[in-house]
Amino acid sequence: MIDARQLTKRYGEKTAVDSLDFVVKPGTVTGFLGPNGAGKSTTMRMIVGLDAPTSGSVTVNGRPYARHEAPLQEVGALLEAKSIHPGRSAYNHLRALALTHGIPRRRVDEVIELAGLGSVAKKRAGAFSLGMGQRLGIAAALLGDPQTVMLDEPVNGLDPEGVLWIRNLLKALADEGRTVFVSSHLMSEMALVADHLIIVGRGRLLADTTVGDLIRDAGGDTVTVVTQDPARLRDVLAGPGVDVTGRIGSEELQVTGVTAREIGLKAAEHGIALFELSSRSVSLEEAFMDLTRDAVEYHGSTTAVETQGSVA
Amino acid sequence: MSTLTATAEEQPRTTAPDRPAYRVTGRRVLSSEWAKLWSLRSTWITLALGLLFLVAFGLIAASHYKSGIGSGHQDRDFATATAVSLSLFGTNFAQLALGVLGVLVTAGEYSTGMIRSTLAAVPRRLPVLWSKAVVFGLVALAVGTLGAFVAFLFGSQIVSGTPAAMGLSHAGVVRSLLGAGLYLGLVGVIGTALGALLRSVAGGISVLVASLMLVPGLISLLPSSWQDNISPYLPSNAGESMFALTHDSTTLSPTAGLLVFLGWTALALAGAAYRLVRSDV
Repeated sequence: MIDARQLTKRYGEKTAVDSLDFVVKPGTVTGFLGPNGAGKSTTMRMIVGLDAPTSGSVTVNGRPYARHEAPLQEVGALLEAKSIHPGRSAYNHLRALALTHGIPRRRVDEVIELAGLGSVAKKRAGAFSLGMGQRLGIAAALLGDPQTVMLDEPVNGLDPEGVLWIRNLLKALADEGRTVFVSSHLMSEMALVADHLIIVGRGRLLADTTVGDLIRDAGGDTVTVVTQDPARLRDVLAGPGVDVTGRIGSEELQVTGVTAREIGLKAAEHGIALFELSSRSVSLEEAFMDLTRDAVEYHGSTTAVETQGSVA
Repeated sequence: MSTLTATAEEQPRTTAPDRPAYRVTGRRVLSSEWAKLWSLRSTWITLALGLLFLVAFGLIAASHYKSGIGSGHQDRDFATATAVSLSLFGTNFAQLALGVLGVLVTAGEYSTGMIRSTLAAVPRRLPVLWSKAVVFGLVALAVGTLGAFVAFLFGSQIVSGTPAAMGLSHAGVVRSLLGAGLYLGLVGVIGTALGALLRSVAGGISVLVASLMLVPGLISLLPSSWQDNISPYLPSNAGESMFALTHDSTTLSPTAGLLVFLGWTALALAGAAYRLVRSDV
């Protein structure tokens, strides 16, 4: 359980995190989503006390992180992947962290196996690939058998097998009743694992919602109808949960809450002529883009690219 | 996929209500820092280098003195030499190795990113600084004391029969050798403090070298009346008083030297503690 209240972080003039209020509940995977530079990593660093909030507060299982007797047992965090000394072996890295809490050697071996690092555990961590480093970071996060697991962009640098491993791991952890908080800038990745979504942009909370609600709010399944008699069709379709919009004088209507099939049947029943009937499904990706369009820090441009065909 | 099955098997055990009661204690942080120190190859190399400098330069100085006596024209510098001063000639070089390793112990965590893991495990932070200072201070003390005694045992053999000859039973010799070990131990602590204060390996080493080796030279530019008042209290000169066999009016007594040098160490540690607690990682 993570509870942020009016959490704010300023670096001089720039506000990285702006009055965030959210709660991350146990038993589900909560996705923390936002474009690059939205303040996700800063928020996560404040949760484990690496950065101090400028104002506001954040608690973990009822207390500030630093006030716990065994912090690694409360929150296991993967922040930046390379939070290791490259000269130390994976085993010695985990062992050193375990010693601070009195975590037995057996548990170190367990997380090494769990992360699939068995064959490289004695090698210098500096020689690890990005994916191996990420696995080591996850092993460290799970070391204290934590109630809350918090991972910052865990799939970065992982191969497809690793990505699948992370997905299953996150779901398994949530099923065990743990709080799982995962950040990503990829909606597609989050859609596969997260039940709940906390979306931020430029440090502000944009949405605190579920995957289903997000789609519905973004226009969900909208049906476009072009008809000869929009006024009558409005009356015919009216009902609870049905929303019909359209400009006055226009033959086009946007309908949500009823399927295209139902609209067609109703129109036929009342003898209203339809010229066009099409349903449009908003993808999660589109919903996310709509929400964060104004909050994207770095816009790219694709119009300037011109392909120069060469004829040999 | 073995990793998946491992996750599945994990489930019944981890949901058990009797979770082990882990706890962060000062002693555990100490043991973690101890393990961290020895699990890096650079530690072994630098400590060996420090020991080598201490012993080898002591023996070279003793041999040089001895050959000067034999050939008849002695260097001016060696006029007041004793077996102790010759044997401890390598202290200047050993302090570099030990001080630099001290800087690496703390600043190395910042340059690699390890500090984030360290402080996530010990978010109260200060126990990490104290543990690093204690662990590395004791290791540097042990290496320094061992090196000083080894250098003297062989060095005094070389210069036996010359005016500089001295044995362990000679007044003040054991105190000087222990003082040299203590001085090197404290240099190690100052190194760790500077590394934590500046959070940069290059910065920490620069300030260390400047304060131990360059500042005494710069002081000679001051008017001489100022020099006499300031000079004995500089870290390097106060430290030297800890292990010098003879003292005159321009130097501090061994005890006063130790107290002044402890003061410098405490100052560096206080600065490091302040920055560690106050600033983001």
